[in-house]
Amino acid sequence: MDKSSVLIEVNHLKKHFPVGKNKMLQAIDDVSFHIHRGETLGLVGESGCGKSTLGRTLIQLYEPDSGEIIFDGQKLNSNAGVTERREYTRKMQMIYQDPYSSLNARMTVMEIISEGLIVHRPGLLKEERRRRVIELLELVGLSPKHVNRYPHEFSGGQRQRIGIARALAVEPQFIVADEPIAALDVSIQAQIVNLLKQLQREKQLTYLFIAHDLSMVKYISDRIAVMYLGQLMELVHSEELYRRPLHPYTEALLSAIPIPDPRLELSRERIVLQGDVPNPITPPSGCRFHTRCPKVMDICSTVQPQFTEAAPYHYVRCHLYGSKEVVACPE
Amino acid sequence: MNRPILAVDNLEVSFHTQSGIVDAVRGVSFSLQKGETLAIVGESGSGKSVTAKSILGLLPKQIASKRAGKIIYEGKNILEFSLRKMQALRGAEISMVFQDPMTSLNPTMTIGKQLMEGLYRHRKVSKAKAAQKAVEMLQMVGIPNAEERVNTYPHQFSGGMRQRVVIAMALACDPKILIADEPTTALDVTIQAQIMDLMRNLQKKTGTAIILITHDLGVVAKMAQKVAVMYAGEIVETGPVEDIFYRPMHPYTRGLLQSMPRLDAPRDEPLIPIPGFPPDLSHPQRGCPFAPRCAHVMKVCNAFFPLPKETHNGHMAKCWLLDERANHRDRLVRECREVSDHG
Repeated sequence: MDKSSVLIEVNHLKKHFPVGKNKMLQAIDDVSFHIHRGETLGLVGESGCGKSTLGRTLIQLYEPDSGEIIFDGQKLNSNAGVTERREYTRKMQMIYQDPYSSLNARMTVMEIISEGLIVHRPGLLKEERRRRVIELLELVGLSPKHVNRYPHEFSGGQRQRIGIARALAVEPQFIVADEPIAALDVSIQAQIVNLLKQLQREKQLTYLFIAHDLSMVKYISDRIAVMYLGQLMELVHSEELYRRPLHPYTEALLSAIPIPDPRLELSRERIVLQGDVPNPITPPSGCRFHTRCPKVMDICSTVQPQFTEAAPYHYVRCHLYGSKEVVACPE
Repeated sequence: MNRPILAVDNLEVSFHTQSGIVDAVRGVSFSLQKGETLAIVGESGSGKSVTAKSILGLLPKQIASKRAGKIIYEGKNILEFSLRKMQALRGAEISMVFQDPMTSLNPTMTIGKQLMEGLYRHRKVSKAKAAQKAVEMLQMVGIPNAEERVNTYPHQFSGGMRQRVVIAMALACDPKILIADEPTTALDVTIQAQIMDLMRNLQKKTGTAIILITHDLGVVAKMAQKVAVMYAGEIVETGPVEDIFYRPMHPYTRGLLQSMPRLDAPRDEPLIPIPGFPPDLSHPQRGCPFAPRCAHVMKVCNAFFPLPKETHNGHMAKCWLLDERANHRDRLVRECREVSDHG
């Protein structure tokens, strides 16, 4: 693999949050992956699995406990000085889930979008900033006359466009989109997804697209990572994930999505997982999925499986694959 | 066909708001048979929840200023029921499951107490009997160690388990109709699958008719026999589930189906979004409410409201394209104008 094509590389990232006395919420544990330039990596998982924490740690909103993040060939250092930090935070931006709470209600569209420009391009004259904001509004499909309005004057889909314009203002290379369409109506979701795809083509952006809606994730992503209780369970090209899921959790997740096709729904075999996601403060021993896994073996409750390449470019964390000699025969 | 268990006829509901009167429901009609599942789909603000709440009389009179039409349950118009009569009906004959299981349970009462409330009120049972039934209900919705869990509080349950409790409460008095307003929207997909399976199994056992309100067409495909598509306070298309998915007649329904990516579709196929956004019901326009977003809009659409067109087996849509005069557009406009002038 060509090293220079990798924009962001993550090795053994760990982020735990202290919750009460001597308790740690294990939000991210031993997560490794990389994203190529111009690629979209989809990140899916159930609520509380750590997918948003991962996104926020990548763009330095949280400081990782251990592990490293290499962005554009440069290792991110949490002790970096202001100037250095400013340089890489400019290159990474985020689009948030809720278009209502992520825009300051007391700022105009002009103020919201130009805030990043003031910080990152202080040399810009007021008039130039204004021109840039209008350019951005047109880019995301809004009208220049919206520039002096406040967020409450817009619908959810339009607000999400403002959020996208704000992220693009500082010309980032990498964007973390944290469930950008989850709060929108079905007919508006496709508008935003098409816009994100178009912007990616025009500006060679790299995305980490976080979602729980697997059908939309498959549509937008080149590769997909499946997360469960703070760990990546499977990572592979998106077509392959749907054709040949290896991890039992991925299989269950895929079969749980209802498909808008009544005849298919009637004939489909479904794997319904029993129980709930365990508490991330006290995750299960061994494989974190073993308490709900339909294919659980003896080894699963004691030995934690490694994240290995089970097939070319197909990574999975499961005892069913790799380390075959350990599995042996149960009887 | 059998007599329907519930018939809603030309229901209209308006709200007084700061920005004027909002016509949230504008002439909705549908019927529900025993043991059947009807899905009402639509975007936020399309009036689907307001329709459901009107059936249970849950809209405060001060806000819902105008109501018209009829809701016939067992031969009686329950829209005109007094509060007292309505309370006898709620939970006993018709009950509801809400979207968010945390806010629909009382955090200061044990699960068991909340389950027994309805039984005391409607079934006049003894305390011991009610307690026993509460445990049975929890077992029925698949809660492990029901005997112990009955004495715990809502915060001790996970989201999926809470929704099971809410369903147990709704079904405790064997209602004839269950209204489920986005029952799985707040849940994760693997838990959603559990709850949908549970609802289907319970329906088989009890024969309860379900009105399922959702925006997720996947859930509709799995659960419903009949579908009503709402837009701007009206049912723009309704029919058996297969007709809606395989032979949609209304451009809005077609648009909804096309704007969703399918798991089995290739990635390079572009999504076809519906342009624009839903109308503001405080300033309703003339003609078809979908006209400003419709790809097939004609002159007549902006001027006149389309009449319902029914094909075979109850598949109905309101769209001018279905009018046989749609190929002769000028004639269509002229004739409509004559009708409206005389009317």
